[in-house]
Amino acid sequence: MSQLFPMKQVLGFVFSILLTIIALAVYFLDMSFAVGMTILLVTAFIQAGLQLVVFMHAGETKDKGAIYTNVFYGLIIALVTVFGTLLAMVWDM
Amino acid sequence: MDFFDRFAVPHPSFAIYASMAAIGLTIIAVIAGLTYFKKWGYLWREWLTTVDHKRIGIMYLLSALLMLFRGGVDAIMMRAQLAVPDNTLLDAQHYNEIFTTHGIVMILFMAMPFIMFFMNFVVPLQIGARDVAFPRLNALSFWLFFMGAMLFNISFVVGGSPDAGWTSYFPLAGTEFSASVGNNYYMIAIQIAGIGTLMTGINFITTILKMRAPGMTLMKMPMFTWSALIANVIIVFAFPVLAVLLAMGTLDRQFGTNFFAMDNGGMDMLWANIFWVWGHPEVYILILPAFGIYSEVISTFARRNLYGYTSMVGSMVIISLLSFLVWAHHFFTMGQGAFTNSIFSITTMAIAVPTGVKIFNWLLTLRKGKIVFTTPMLYSMLFIPLFTLGGVTGVMLAMSAADYQYHNTMFLVAHFHNVIIPGVVYAMLAGLHYYWPKMFGFMLNERIGKWTAWLLSIGFVLAFMPMYISGLDGQARRMYTYSESAGFGPMNMVSFVGAAIMAIGFVLIVYNIYYSTRYESRDISNDPWDARTLEWATHTPVPEYNFAILPDVRTNEAYWDAKKNGHVLFKGEFEKIHMPNNSGIPFIMSCIFFVWGFSFIFSLWIPVILTTIGIFACMALRSFEQDHGRYISVKEIEETETNLRGA
Ligand code: HEM
Ligand SMILES: [Cu+2]
Repeated sequence: MSQLFPMKQVLGFVFSILLTIIALAVYFLDMSFAVGMTILLVTAFIQAGLQLVVFMHAGETKDKGAIYTNVFYGLIIALVTVFGTLLAMVWDM
Repeated sequence: MDFFDRFAVPHPSFAIYASMAAIGLTIIAVIAGLTYFKKWGYLWREWLTTVDHKRIGIMYLLSALLMLFRGGVDAIMMRAQLAVPDNTLLDAQHYNEIFTTHGIVMILFMAMPFIMFFMNFVVPLQIGARDVAFPRLNALSFWLFFMGAMLFNISFVVGGSPDAGWTSYFPLAGTEFSASVGNNYYMIAIQIAGIGTLMTGINFITTILKMRAPGMTLMKMPMFTWSALIANVIIVFAFPVLAVLLAMGTLDRQFGTNFFAMDNGGMDMLWANIFWVWGHPEVYILILPAFGIYSEVISTFARRNLYGYTSMVGSMVIISLLSFLVWAHHFFTMGQGAFTNSIFSITTMAIAVPTGVKIFNWLLTLRKGKIVFTTPMLYSMLFIPLFTLGGVTGVMLAMSAADYQYHNTMFLVAHFHNVIIPGVVYAMLAGLHYYWPKMFGFMLNERIGKWTAWLLSIGFVLAFMPMYISGLDGQARRMYTYSESAGFGPMNMVSFVGAAIMAIGFVLIVYNIYYSTRYESRDISNDPWDARTLEWATHTPVPEYNFAILPDVRTNEAYWDAKKNGHVLFKGEFEKIHMPNNSGIPFIMSCIFFVWGFSFIFSLWIPVILTTIGIFACMALRSFEQDHGRYISVKEIEETETNLRGA
């Protein structure tokens, strides 16, 4: 039975819908900009990770080392780019 | 008539009409020639539909050489215009267009395809594979690049060229200051070529990670393959940035958004920022494969293994990371605070350290080596001192406070040519001489080759060293003329002479190809340079399956082991070989992309919609197509092998 029913995927699907609803709530509920942004960022990163692991099957093959290294590397570059840009364009202007 | 007005060149001149006629005549001549000699079928079967990495590589090479001449003509015109004060050879608008297209053509349509050529031709051979991981995607990459480049090149006869610099900074590049379609060409043509490059990146990372010969662990890969791997990793992380940037630029120019506008909440300097987030890694995408070629050439002709293999690999990994951390050094003067500038100053200077490690490794490889002075080696020996000079001026520019003096002067122009010409271009030429026999079965003439190397170097020094001085004296870049009292005249005259000598050098390369095709001996071995890596272990010309039996690898110099230490490379019997089928879809799809791009540039929305449907139709066709490739039988392999061995 456990092989026939894709428990992981169904739970992942439910969870990803949940994350979407939380993100959507930011628009409908009344909250400060900072709180809203924090919620959006946190749900977005969890959502991306979820999609990668559950639906794009990262970590299920033997080259998961290479895959996670790449994801990690990409994450670092993305963060550096975003914060570097904020620093140069906004914070230190 | 209004409809056709937009295709006219806004600033026509005799030269432009002459080029229109020349382009027209060339196209007619090519079509007539192909028809007369009945070569259409051959062209279609053997080249336009090929998925063979070697042939795709050669097409990259031809495109790169073509573009080298296009960009070279631009360069000579610029130097001629600046040779004397108050010159009127070109007016300001033409000068703007020429330095813009020169920069883009040289970096994106000359240097990039040149490294793509090396990666395509060499990497699968060097890792003992039969092709790349996704051969058809590879063909699509090439054709997208090619169509992007051609689209860009027609800009100067249809509608006008971009004129806001290869960096295309907003707000200058926005519609307010650049109303003509020129800068639409920039956005769309580079976008199309860039998508192709991104696909190459994914393709080669997969190839190198998954398709190495048995026994070749990562740390046993030849150095060029390592450099290609790292360059492709940078491509995959940098080119999406370019794609998004160009899309935002397109939206601003054609759909009225305000990303880079000065008001309405736009940020005019954001373009410069994102451009360099891609732009700085891009220069390392160019230089790392060049380093890889030097590593191969230097160890081959010093007749010894590369010194410091691990530190070579380590320094490239560090460079790849650092190359994403330095971009703001291109706009130290933009107005951000000293704190930000200091951070980017330090990261920039840090990048000189791994680069220096590599230089020392090459020097230590030469020490105790038995140096053979062939043409590729000569280029490498000229590279080391000249490139080091460029690196040192780079560190000067990296000091943000001092950069207020150097920025946007000829000093900067001297710096980047000083790293790109001895660094990238010499590597391309060294590699061209080195791999020519493997591609075509004869060597390029050594005597002409060495003359070329020396002429280029003398020309280079004369052309670019004076710019350091005139730059420090205050000559700004991208100015179409200067007055006599500025005193820049003599120095610019020397530069012009240098540029003319370099032009002779480039013509000599063509002459060398012609001369060697006619007179050089066809009787050469598979390994004319006595080299060390696997690409020399197979026959010349390389059979389509590369290796009849996949090689067995023990060290990073597998072929050298086989030659000197009795290692057996090819064990076992022939087995049938699985190869991919040719396909016309990549070519057709890219042609549709060309029409799509052209229509988009001129805002002709109906053709844009139709071609978009066409592009998706091609993709759908591919998805539903059943194509499992074909097999080469053992009998065919035996025949090919005996023929090649006999020859
Ligand atoms: C030691 C390593 C290097 C350092 C420290 C360095 C530093 C710099 C700095 C600070 C600038 C900006 C100066 C300004 O705008 O005022 C610059 C510009 C430039 N560098 Fe380098 N560089 C290095 C190596 C390279 C290499 C290897 C390449 C290419 C293969 C390269 C290509 C360029 C280009 C194309 C520009 C100018 C682009 C433009 O504004 O149009 N650099 N470099
Ligand atoms: Cu840079």
